[in-house]
Amino acid sequence: MSFNEYRSRSCEGHTTSWPGAAIATVLLAGACGGALAAEQDALKEGPGRDVVQVNCSRCHSTDYIPMNSPFMKRAAWEATVNKMVKVMGAPIRPEDIPIIIEYLTKYYGVE
Amino acid sequence: MQQRRAFVQAIGAGWALAGGAWIAPRAVRGAGLPQGATDSAALDALPGKLALIRRSYRPPNYETPLEAFDSVLTANDRFFVRWHLDNIPRIDAREWSLAVGGDAIDRPLHLTLDQLKQGYKPVELVAVCQCSGNRRGLSDPHVPGVQWGYGAMGNARWKGARLKDVLALAGLKASAVEIAFDGADEPVIDRTPDFVKSIPIWKAQGDDTLIAYEMNGEPLPHWNGFPARIIVPGWTATYWVKQVIAINALAAPERGFWMSTAYRIPKHKFPVIDRFVSQESEQTTPITEMVVNSLITNLTAGQRFQKGSAVVVKGVAWDGGYGIRAVDVSTDDGRSWRAAALGADLGRYSFLSWQHVFTPAETGSTAVLARASNRQGATQTFELIFNPAGYHNNVVQRIPIQVV
Repeated sequence: MSFNEYRSRSCEGHTTSWPGAAIATVLLAGACGGALAAEQDALKEGPGRDVVQVNCSRCHSTDYIPMNSPFMKRAAWEATVNKMVKVMGAPIRPEDIPIIIEYLTKYYGVE
Repeated sequence: MQQRRAFVQAIGAGWALAGGAWIAPRAVRGAGLPQGATDSAALDALPGKLALIRRSYRPPNYETPLEAFDSVLTANDRFFVRWHLDNIPRIDAREWSLAVGGDAIDRPLHLTLDQLKQGYKPVELVAVCQCSGNRRGLSDPHVPGVQWGYGAMGNARWKGARLKDVLALAGLKASAVEIAFDGADEPVIDRTPDFVKSIPIWKAQGDDTLIAYEMNGEPLPHWNGFPARIIVPGWTATYWVKQVIAINALAAPERGFWMSTAYRIPKHKFPVIDRFVSQESEQTTPITEMVVNSLITNLTAGQRFQKGSAVVVKGVAWDGGYGIRAVDVSTDDGRSWRAAALGADLGRYSFLSWQHVFTPAETGSTAVLARASNRQGATQTFELIFNPAGYHNNVVQRIPIQVV
C-alpha cells in the first residue's frame, strides 16, 4: 500500500489511490482537512497552475515547488522539468512542458 | 587537509579585512533557508511519529526538530524521514523476506526475519544516520532539492546481522566488486528509476556494515525502514537502504540512475578518505563518508543572556567514523576559542555530546560558534565548499546572542 493510500484510509474511512487521486484529493479535501487540503492549496493561482498540479502531483506533492523558491532562474526550472521527463519518466505531453516552465518561472522563480 | 587549509585561509582573510578584529565570512553569517522553504514547512506528525518538520508530503520528507538533539540518541518517534519514491508498502514482518543473490553469489538464499535474527550473530552499534543533503537548504547559492535545515539526521543504537556474514553463507565469489541493495519502495510510475544503491565490496565486508532489524531497542519504525534496513556506519544515509528486500553481489558496477548520476560530488573537492573507485568518473565520485561536523543544540538566534550569569552551550559532534578529537567553542564571535568538555564516548560512529560554560562579562551583541575536529585532523570549514547538490555542508554555525 502506498503512503497516499495509507493516508487516505486514515482519513475518516475514505479510500482512494493514486493516480486517480488528483480528482479524489479535491473531493476529499473538505472532509479530511489536514494533509490533503494543504497539499491542494499549495500552489499560487495563475495561468498554467492546473497543468502543473495535474502533471507534477502524479508522482510527488506540489509542496516541492514552493520549497524550492524563489531562487531558480528559468534555466534551472527548465532543467528540473526536463529531468522529470527524461530521467524520471514523467508522462507529460510535449505541449504542456513550456506551460509548466513558464508558470514555475513566473510564480516560483527569479529572473 | 583541504578542509584545514580552507579554515586557515578563512581565518587569515578575516584578520586581514578587519585589521585584527575577526569578521565572520558570509557563509558563517548564514544564508538561511530559501523563503519558500521556510513558508511551506510545518510541524506535522506522520502515523507513529511525533511532530517533525514537514518538508514534503509525498514522498514523505520530514526533518527532526532541533530540540530532539538534546538527547545524544535520537528517539525513534522523532527520527527524520526521507523517501525518494512514493509507493511505500506497509510490510507485514511475517511475509517479508530478504533475497540474497546476484552474479557474484554461489548459493542464492532467502531469509525470513526470524532467520536473519537467529541465524547470524547479532551486532549492536551506535551510528549517525545523516542524509547526504542535510543542510542543503543553507547552501549559498541555493541549489534544487529537498531544502533541509539541520535536522535530516539522527543517532541511534542499531542491532542487526553483519552483511558479511550473510554474504559468506550465500557463497560470495571473488569476482564481486559491489553489493547492491533494493528496498520494497517503488516508483509511482514504472519509468521512474527504482531506488537501488550499491557499496564497494570492501565496505560491505566491514565488521560494522549491518542488516539492522532494531533501532534503539525496538523494531524499526515503518518510516525508517521496517522490518530491516542497511546500516553503513560513517557513510551518508543514501546507502542505508530501508525496507531492504534484495541484496545482490555484483561482478560489475551498478549502473542505475541513483548511483551513476545522483548522490555525486566533484572529485578532489572534499577531504574524504574513503573512495568508491568502481563508481568514479572523470569529474565526479559518489558521496561516501560524512565530513566532520557539529551542531549547537540549545541556543537560538537572538537569545538574550544576563551579564555575569553562567551560560551553558551544548551540542553534538560527529564525523565519518574516525572519531572526534576536539570541539572548540567561541563565545566572542570567533575572536577566541576554548575546548568544550566532551561527553560519554558511545563509539566512533556516534554523536559525541559536548558542552561549554561561559559567563558573559560585557553587554551587547556577540555570537557563539562551535567547530569540531576529528582524529584525522580535519575541521569544519568557515566557508561553504559549494557543490551542485548541496552535500557535505559542515560550515561552522554562528548563533548571534544578546548580553543584557
